[in-house]
Amino acid sequence: MKFKTFIWFVGPSLFLMLLFIALPLYAVLMGSFQVTQPVMQTVEVESCSAGFLAQTCTTEVRTIPVLDEETGDMLTTTEWVGWLSYERVLEPQRAWAAITSLNYGALMQIDFWAALRFTLMFTFITLPLVIGVGLAIALAVNNAAKSIRGPIIFISLLPFIITPVIGSLSIYWLFVGDGILTRGIENLLDRDIAMFAQAWTIELLMLFYRVWHVAPFAFVIFYAGLQTVNQDTLESAIIDGASRWDRLKYVVIPHLMPLIVFIALIHLMDAYRVFDEIVGFRAEAHVTSLQYLTFNFLQPDDAGNRAFSRASASSMLTMVGIVILLIPLLRRTWRDHKGSSH
Amino acid sequence: MFFKRLALAGAVSVAATAAYADGHATCDFENTTEITMLSAAFEAWVAVTDGMAACGNFSPELDQEFRTKQPEGFAADPSLYQLGGVSNGTITPLLNAGTIRPLDDLIAAHGEQLTPNQLIQIDGQTMAVAMMVNVQHLMFREDILSDLGIETPTTWEEVLTAAETIQEAGVVDYPLGATMKAGWNIAQEFVNMFGGFGGTLVNDDNTPGVNSEEGLAALDMMMRLTEYMDPEYLVSDSTYVQQQFQQGSIAMANLWASRAGAMNDEAESQVVGLVATAAAPLAMEGGAPATTLWWDGIVVAANISDEEADAAFRTAMAGIDSETVAAAPDAAIWLIEGYEPNDMSAGAIASATANPAPPAYPSTTQMGLMHTALGDELPAFFTGDVSAEEALAAVEAAYTVAAQEAGLLE
Repeated sequence: MKFKTFIWFVGPSLFLMLLFIALPLYAVLMGSFQVTQPVMQTVEVESCSAGFLAQTCTTEVRTIPVLDEETGDMLTTTEWVGWLSYERVLEPQRAWAAITSLNYGALMQIDFWAALRFTLMFTFITLPLVIGVGLAIALAVNNAAKSIRGPIIFISLLPFIITPVIGSLSIYWLFVGDGILTRGIENLLDRDIAMFAQAWTIELLMLFYRVWHVAPFAFVIFYAGLQTVNQDTLESAIIDGASRWDRLKYVVIPHLMPLIVFIALIHLMDAYRVFDEIVGFRAEAHVTSLQYLTFNFLQPDDAGNRAFSRASASSMLTMVGIVILLIPLLRRTWRDHKGSSH
Repeated sequence: MFFKRLALAGAVSVAATAAYADGHATCDFENTTEITMLSAAFEAWVAVTDGMAACGNFSPELDQEFRTKQPEGFAADPSLYQLGGVSNGTITPLLNAGTIRPLDDLIAAHGEQLTPNQLIQIDGQTMAVAMMVNVQHLMFREDILSDLGIETPTTWEEVLTAAETIQEAGVVDYPLGATMKAGWNIAQEFVNMFGGFGGTLVNDDNTPGVNSEEGLAALDMMMRLTEYMDPEYLVSDSTYVQQQFQQGSIAMANLWASRAGAMNDEAESQVVGLVATAAAPLAMEGGAPATTLWWDGIVVAANISDEEADAAFRTAMAGIDSETVAAAPDAAIWLIEGYEPNDMSAGAIASATANPAPPAYPSTTQMGLMHTALGDELPAFFTGDVSAEEALAAVEAAYTVAAQEAGLLE
């Protein structure tokens, strides 16, 4: 293809990628090194507030932002602060002190490290489960009678169709307090159960929910892959006396390997950004994730304060984390790609 | 004769239907300007916006996420909303940014119905008009307490004793409920209790003051109370506690006055007529009730024309009049003329008029930062991960970083 034609083809998407991916990333990167704050003044203010019968008036010293006299906007200053926001998020000294004294509890007191612990645990436990369960369903459907395949595929896909927040909320309502499932288990075991009173039960529910929710995605991909397995190879394997397990191990899985890598890539990116479960399960007291941490910094309080700089730093850190996780898989794909093109 | 009566009955019912259709509300002027309003979505706002709708050309937006939308919406020029519904917590960003206008001229022209108590004044200028007060106060199952011969608790120590008796009697699942959900709710519980012990959250020089005797006392009391609660108290918000009451699974809670009406809602409550209210308990002898006073009211945007502001304010006045109170007398502790306190409002009024009186929740930037720090760091104490001292030190550290970032501290 001529270079000019090539540019005409990819130009629009390059432009949009610059606009919607590179530019925001650059803005966040810059934001993480800057702090913008309003110019504050200290004034004595008399304020009157409503009581039930009478006003209550108080005079107090308040620190309030200075407003521009002409435009009425808040005056702000923006300062280049270097790595300060990263230090505030990572708290390296406290973390290092905790690590060197082998004090796990102290390390978990720092929001970032506690969130990182859960995020990594969540990602690495759900990854094999999603691939395993997805493959198992795909094999089961592939071996099922043709007449019932349609309905089975439809039913197995249902969890994936549900909006993540709604799905996690329904699980929450099934188990919280006197939810019907908690009641059921209580009746079976004859003891009081509180699923949302300690961290490990919440984490267990989150893992279950994510696998339930994402396994259908893996299933669909694997099922499509299974349709392309070379039947001749399978038949010759049977003639050679390969058992069902051997055929799976030596024929089917190697054939599906690119798909497994693909699903692992997508799932790593998704699971590392775990967020819906935290909000849906109201788990912030017990477990938080890196994405939740960024959200928490960005969420304005009643007085309208947001921690933009720390939010930027924490989302940059999340991105760096995802890139590190993806490197081995990307290297593998790259090798395969180069191998096939030569 | 018969037909005449029938026709009359028909006419009466038609008239009644017509009155019902426009929500019993009338408005003394015809509004021709498009007016929009953003406020919270609880019952009282529904009643007020219903009243305002009678003036015409009014479209309210009742949204529980109003606090994230309001500062940006009002900062636009022209403002996206002419009116806003705020409380003493959520008026702060609007005050700070100067996006709401002083109302004194408008009140002089159209606000003859307002009492001085409704005017929220900053440096002599009226910035908001309050319509109701809200306060967290003691709500309890009157039947259970009288069956067990327990006097209405007036201090938190007495609440603990009462809870112990109720626990032993085993008449409910959990003696106590509390809005202890991690985040805003648990922070509010701490603010109440800490104030009850006489503590100062933020000093005049913007440094934090929670890591103190009072802070430890407040956490200690809160921890002792949790022994009588549903073990999932860290996910329990106001709606959850309200439902616990309605389903008869708790006997006492320090809950918002705005939730009291729901106890007697026959459609969802199993305890109609059994719940009573009393002043918020004292944390210490001679102190104020361990609670904070809140008001909810209306503000008018600064970035709109004076004509629009005039129409908006007149519409707002139609919403916070005696008619609204008559239509929804139990929706709130109204500050509006014509409000007759009922049994369920006794607790709120007793809390608000106690001597010494509980403080109003402060509308300051510092308080917003402190509230967030409390909500983020205190749960670790209740899950048992840290000691009370460590939790309070963590609150101060989190507040300090946030205050430095916001330019309040060097």
